[in-house]
Order: sequence, then C-alpha cells, then structure tokens
Amino acid sequence: MTRKIIRKNTLIASIVALSMAAFGNTAVAVDLTVYTAVEAEDLARYAETFNQDHPDINIKWVRDSTGIVTAKLLAEKNNPQADVIWGLAATSLLLMKSEGMLEPYKPKGVEKLDKKFVDSGAVPTWVGMDAWVASVCYNTVEAAKHGLEPPETWRDLLKPMYKGHLIMPNPNSSGTGFLDVSSWLQMFGKKQGGWDFMDRLHKNIARYTHSGSKPCKLAAAGEIPIGISFAFRGAKSKAQGAPLEIIVPAEGVGWDMEATAIVAGTGNLEAAQTLVDWSITRKANEMYNTGYAVVAMPGVAKPVEYFPPNLLEKMIDNDFEWAANNRKAILAEWLKRYDSKSDAK
Amino acid sequence: MNESATIAADAAPLIKPRTSKDDRIMVGFILVISLYLLITLAFPLYAMLSKSFSTYAFDLTNFEFQINTGDGWSEPFSAAAQNEKIQKFKPEDLVTSSDGRLAPTELFPDFSFRSPTLYRLRQVRGDTSFLFKTERVDDTEWHEYSSNDFRRIVLRASGATGLDNFRTYFSTPALFRSIENSLFIAFLSTIITVSLAFGFAYAINRSTMRFKGLFKLIAMIPILVPSLLPGIALVYLFGNQGMIKGLLFGESIYGPIGIVIGSVFFTFPHALIIITTALAISDGRLYEAATALRTSRWRTFWTVTIPGARYGLISAAFVVFNLVITDFGLPKVIGGQYNMLAVDIYKQVIGQQNFEMGAVVSVVLLIPALLAFGIDRYVQKKQVAQLSARSVPFVPRPHKNFDRICLGYCSLVAIFIVGLIAVCQYAALIKFWPYNLSLSLVNYNFKVMDGGGWDSYTNSIQLGLYTALAGTIVVFVGAYMVEKINGFLATRSAFQFLAMMPMAIPGMVLGLAYIFFFNNPDNPLNTIYGTLAIMVICTVTHFYTVSHLTAVTALKQMDREFESVAASLKQPFHRLFAKVTVPVCLPSILDISIYLFVNAMTTVSAVIFLYSPDTTLASVAVLNMDDAGDVAPAAAMGMMIFYTNVCARLIHQFVSRNLVRRTQAWRGL
Repeated sequence: MTRKIIRKNTLIASIVALSMAAFGNTAVAVDLTVYTAVEAEDLARYAETFNQDHPDINIKWVRDSTGIVTAKLLAEKNNPQADVIWGLAATSLLLMKSEGMLEPYKPKGVEKLDKKFVDSGAVPTWVGMDAWVASVCYNTVEAAKHGLEPPETWRDLLKPMYKGHLIMPNPNSSGTGFLDVSSWLQMFGKKQGGWDFMDRLHKNIARYTHSGSKPCKLAAAGEIPIGISFAFRGAKSKAQGAPLEIIVPAEGVGWDMEATAIVAGTGNLEAAQTLVDWSITRKANEMYNTGYAVVAMPGVAKPVEYFPPNLLEKMIDNDFEWAANNRKAILAEWLKRYDSKSDAK
Repeated sequence: MNESATIAADAAPLIKPRTSKDDRIMVGFILVISLYLLITLAFPLYAMLSKSFSTYAFDLTNFEFQINTGDGWSEPFSAAAQNEKIQKFKPEDLVTSSDGRLAPTELFPDFSFRSPTLYRLRQVRGDTSFLFKTERVDDTEWHEYSSNDFRRIVLRASGATGLDNFRTYFSTPALFRSIENSLFIAFLSTIITVSLAFGFAYAINRSTMRFKGLFKLIAMIPILVPSLLPGIALVYLFGNQGMIKGLLFGESIYGPIGIVIGSVFFTFPHALIIITTALAISDGRLYEAATALRTSRWRTFWTVTIPGARYGLISAAFVVFNLVITDFGLPKVIGGQYNMLAVDIYKQVIGQQNFEMGAVVSVVLLIPALLAFGIDRYVQKKQVAQLSARSVPFVPRPHKNFDRICLGYCSLVAIFIVGLIAVCQYAALIKFWPYNLSLSLVNYNFKVMDGGGWDSYTNSIQLGLYTALAGTIVVFVGAYMVEKINGFLATRSAFQFLAMMPMAIPGMVLGLAYIFFFNNPDNPLNTIYGTLAIMVICTVTHFYTVSHLTAVTALKQMDREFESVAASLKQPFHRLFAKVTVPVCLPSILDISIYLFVNAMTTVSAVIFLYSPDTTLASVAVLNMDDAGDVAPAAAMGMMIFYTNVCARLIHQFVSRNLVRRTQAWRGL
C-alpha cells in the first residue's frame, strides 16, 4: 500500500517535472521572425548552424526575392512584422535606414569586419555578411550550336552575333538587375557612357526576367545561351551538371552585399541582438563562405568550387550611397528607354 | 388578432406575414453579413483608391539655406525662392514617389565640392526629411556642412494628395501601353475561347457522338490547376528547348502568342459551362418547325441556334474577357517583355516598392473589369425568360458525318488540354531538362527551393478547407437572408450589390487593397494581417459572387410559401432553415464548397501580397519557383494541386451522391 502510494507520488512528481521542463523550454525559447533574400537552399543550414550555439532562439524565415522582401518591409513600415533582416541587399537596407525603420546596434566584434561591410554611422544600422557578384553564365553547348564565341568583356556582348541570345534581369524587379545597371553607369559613365552601352546591349537582349537568378537558370537549362546573373547562382547550376562557364567580364563587375539589421520596434530586441552578434562571428562567416567567395571577415574566405578565380579583383569600387540616392531616377530612365521591348516586334 | 395586424393584411393582399421577431433576427443577420462585406471589400477598396491619390513631391518651401563664402552667413533663403531665382525645376519636376531624392546642389549652379564655401540647411517644419550620407535628418535645427559634405545631401519628398500619380501614369508610355496590350490579349483570347467552346458545347449538345461524358470531364480539367501551369507547359513545348518548338516557325512563345494560348486553356471550361447551359435550354419545337419548313441545317443554325444562345455567348465572352484581363500568373510566366496591367501592378509594388503607382494601375485595371461585369449583368437579366413551361427539350438525332466531325473536333480539344497537363507531369519527373532526361523525383524536394516547401502544400489544403467551410456558411446564410426575408428592400438591394461586386474586382487589386487596409496600425483588425485568417477572408470575398449566385438560384427554386406555412405554424425561421431549406439545397451547398475549395487551391493573384512565413501556399510556390528559374519543381507543385483537386472532386461526387440519395428522394430521382 505505502509502496503503491510512493510509486504514485514519484509518478506524479516525474510528470510535474517533465511538464515543467517542457514548459520551461517553451518559456525560454524565443521565436524570431527573420526576413531574408538568401537562396532558399541555404536557409535550413543557416538556421541549423545558428542553433548549434543558440538552441533557445527559433528562427522563422520569411524568404523571398530581394524586391519582394523589400516591398513587404516597406508595406509593413508602420506595423512591422519582422524582428531581424538577415541577408538582404545593402541597397535595400539603405532605403530602410532612410525611412528610419532600422534599430542601430553595434554588434560584438564588429571591428573584426572589413570596413566596407559595416554601415558608416556612429552606431551602425546594418552589418554585411557577404558579397554577391555579377557574372555572365555561358552555356557552352547551346553557344556552340549557334556558333558563338565566349565573350570576355561587357563590350563584347554588344557584338551582333549575340543578338537574341542574351537575357538579363529587369532592374525594376530584380536587385541583381539593378546592380548590373548601376555598375555599368559607374564604369562607363553616369551621365552618358553607361546609357550608350545599355542602348546597344538592349538590341541584343532577348528579354528581361523578373528575377536575378533566372537568367542563369535559363542558361543552365539551355533556354538561352547567355544569361547575365550572379556568380553564386552560376556555380550552383554548374555543380548540378549544367554545361556552364562562368565569365567575369574584364572591365569589372557590379556587386552588392547581403547584410543584417534589426528592425526598429521589435519586441525581441535581446534575441535579435544575439542573432546579429552571431551573424558576424567567424563561424557565421565560414558558413557564408560555402556559397559566397567574398565574406565580410577578412582572411576567412576559402575558394569556392566552380567560382571564377579572378572574381575578387574584378569587383568594382561600388558607391552604394550614389546608387541608393539615384535609384529612383535610374529606374525611371531605364523604364523609359527599355521597358517596351514588345514594340519592336 | 389585433388591429395593426388586420391593417397589414389588408394592405398586402399576398400571403405576407408582418415583420415578426424572426424578420428582425434575419435583418440582424443581413446586417452582420453586410458588415462583413463592407469590411472585407468596400473599406479595403476605398483604402486603395485613396492610396492612388496620395502623392509625393519635394516641398521646397520647407528647406532653408544659409551660405558663407568667407565673409559671414547670408540671410536664410528658402529652396523655393532659390529655385525661382535660377528657374531650375518646373512644378512637375518636383513630383516623385516615396523613394524620390533631390540633390540641393542642383539649386546652386556654381557649386563646387572643392570650394571653401560653407552651407547651412534647416527644415522649417519637421514633416520632411533630408539625408546626409544615408543618415536621416528630420529635425528643424540648422545643420552646417562644408562644400564637400554638402554634395552628399539629398532632400526627400513629402506626402500630399492629388492627381499627380495618374498624370505620371499617362505620361509614361511603358506603363499606359499595357492598357492597349491587355485589351488586345483579352479580345483575342475571348474570340478564340468562345468560338472553341461553342463548337465543343454544340458537339456535346447537338450530336450523338460517343464519349460525351469523358469529353465533359476533360474539358473541366483547366479549372483544377493554377492559371500559370499552362504557361509552364508551353515553355516545355515551345520554349527554346521545346519539344515541338518548330511548330512556331521561329516565333517566340514568350509574349502574346504564349499568353493567348494559355488564356484559351484556362478560360475554356468557364466559357463552356455558360454556353452549354445556353444551348441546353433551347426549345425543341423551334427545330421541329424548322424541319417541317424544310429549312437547311445551315439556315437553322443561324436563325434558331445562334439567336437562342446569343445571351449565353455574350455572357461567356464577358466572363472570359474578365478572367484574361485580370489574370496575373500566366503573363508573368510566359509574357516575356509583353507588359500587361496585372503584371504591372506586381512590378510596381514588388520591383519598385511604388505602392501608390500600384494603386493607380489597379484603378485603371478596375475600369475594363467593371465594364465587362456591368454589361454581363445586363445581358444575364435578359436571359431569364428564355424557357417557357411549354418548351420541349431538343433531342439530337444521329447523323453519321456530323457526329464524326464532332468527335474529331472534341478529340482535338481534349488532346490539347490533356497534352498540356501531361507535359507538366512529364517535365516534373525529368531530372535536368534538357541535358539529363532520366526520370527522378528530385524536383519534388521542395524543401531546398523557394515557396515554403511541402508546408505550403499542406497550408493550401488548410486554406481550401477553411475557405470552403467558412465561405459556404457565410454565403449560404447571406443568400438565404436576402432571398427569404420580408420587406427591408433597401438593405437587401444594398447587400445584393455588395455581393455582386467581388466578381469585378481583380484578385491583385483585392490583395493590394487588403495590405492598405489591414496593415494599418490604426485598424483594430490589423492583428489578422499575416495569418491564415486574412487569406481565408480574402479568398471567400474574391469568389463570393459565383457562390452567392449559386445559392440564390437554389433558393429561388423553393417556393416562398414554405416561409408562410412555417410562419402560420408558428415555427421559427431557423427551424425551417435547418429542417427544410438546407437539406433541400444540399446539392448546391456542396457545389459551393467544392467551388471554393478548388479556387482556394489554385488562386495566386489575391493572396500573393498576403502570405507570411507560416502561411506560404502551393499556388504561390509554383509562381515563386518558376520566378527563381526552378521551372520543373514549379510544374511538380502545380501537378500536386491538380491531383488534390481531382481527389476533392471525387470525394465531393461521392458525398453528394450519398447525401442526395438521402435528402433528395422527393425530387423523384
């Protein structure tokens, strides 16, 4: 009888303990809503690696392409749903900064990062993770069918033989498209030269896509011989077995960085800061390095498979401030000049 | 019986009970459902309309400068005064979007960043801002800058209201040309679809060919898939690596050709349903008369068949027109550089974050949609009196050659429909088109792709079930109240108007309107933003009209005497509703729920702006995967939607048959 009672009591006690443990866990665990434009295949890995160090913070991803995430964040300006932005173009974050939507925070160890990758403000509003760099995806099989030679420079793409064999992203909907356009303007002349180049390039373009990775995927699938896209996408498709060559035009290539910031007004500031602190650690940078050849912490990056070796030295000295401040005017001009390709038909 | 009741009975010779407690409860219900439609439809649309008038411009009067060229500070002068002095910007140059930036150095023609001149800048009121090296300044203090720093300042626009957005729209050829494109595609698709569907319906109704049941089934397939799926199939068929791209003789499928073929595919069943109904009610006696008068088949066709079906044809035409012009998924997948209005909304909002311009395009898109809707309603009203009690249904007689032609024609259409679907399934199973044609399931590994993985698929099913459940209840109760209540004419017609509106509202417009309305911090309902609930509400509202009409039609078949009898037996209306009305209308109720389920599974346009991380949807995943270039996985997910809808249909069939057997015995089936 007594033994029975004791057994019963232990049972109750263990149930209580168990439920307390369970309850305790849920009480400590924090859900962080993180908006991102990082490629979908990397998200689970990022969260997993982060949870190795911080199992108590549960990341809820909102992943979409750069334009959509940016539009979502701006639409929610007065009623923010996100806690942290982790992996969005710095140009988009600059836009949000000018709207006062970001919470300035100086993450621990920020001094170890390359200065280029940290917001210039006294207390930075964003910190960079890695750079994604424009490249040309060249399908050797399809190009051979059409008798094309691989281009070496941007200006090569103006040759009549490429007419109808080129695809690039529409800068009005794609961040990659915008960094191409902004880099051409910076390299060839902001007032005239850049636009002259694009006028002639436009004649060779078969069509503009909505997304920045699509030109490379289309090139990988042989829909088009040449897609202007970014190196990361090209390397991934090449790894999947696509007959691709990733070409870095000799004049230099545009780039943007993926960056991290805390959304002003978050209810989980502490957890958000933990995430941002972690996002600039060596471990995090090594994690970014599996896909991106250029990361924020100097000395971490190892060569990435299928990445063109000369990519780093070809990155232009990108003027983000100029790009952000002139974005509206550039896009309006682009729209006026090229967004009616159907007329020519 | 008291006096007032006697008077009421005298005034109304019809059997019409006076407004009772029941009626008051029913009016309460109507008001609740009207309120629902106001909140989910009228208010969001109003919010969107007002957004289209909210503009941004640089308010130069609010910025003041002081200059110091070495001999002390000048008097403060406003940017507006400086602009007037040098005649730099015209008023229209100062109109911009929320993202607009203006460099103040433009106002100083001899500005040089190397000069030792110092500048001071302040804002008179704190409702504007400027940026210094990307830092935002919105106070009213004086700030001092060297020339080198001054060039890194940009002024920001502030909000106002006006027609400027519309002015900008109509002065940007790339934008307003879409109107022409959209109208052209919609007209062309309408003509082709209605002709094809008429031929198909004619063959089914007027011939004695075999396999009619099978053809009818196949013709309904496009309803079960998202509108962008035919686009994906066309890429595999006619793209640059297409299986039969030679058939296009070098023309590109990306553009008008692709949009039209895809539009014909996805609108075909909608046109077919309407035209079949129109042909089915034709009066056999007219044909007998024609035969008796020895009229040729050809002449009979033009003098009897076509006039009899004309309202159906017109109605089908407007429905198709509306579907095509408001569709967004298809032109996005296969439209290439061919701009259409619905895609423009997406590009403005998503690409440029220009919500105001998105609202303007939405308003522009509303006009043709509303027009088509209005004309269609007008025509439908005329259609009612076609069939009289003395009509005799037309019974086709065998005619060898004609039947053979019909069979051939229907087979071609069926091959087109089944072919596109089969191509999608095939593409989904290919490992890496066109370089590795081995079969694999790698494209079903949605986890590593955009769109939310398999979760989005289960989310879609949840959305479908909730939409079907909540939607059917709201719609049917609403229709019952509007149909069976006594008096309160104004309330009822207002409700009727609200219930018809969703049909004219493009999904994109509704979704965008929901952002403006529900994501407003002042709106107490903003907590539902980002949940499944808002998507259920949006989907119910989006597909309200057709469901409402189905319910009303079913209820109209029930004599109003039921209500009178119940009232005279002193039975409350809810008892009648539960014991008689619902069981009698059960087939229609099930039809409404399957209609809502299928549409919730396939809709893209209405929910594209509303989903959140926990509520990604399969249909949106198809779009996003295609957008990211993962075309094969997109096809795979699209086919999952198709199979799910087929299963839902089968379950619906099974349940209906069993329930109908139990509840519809009185029909003598």
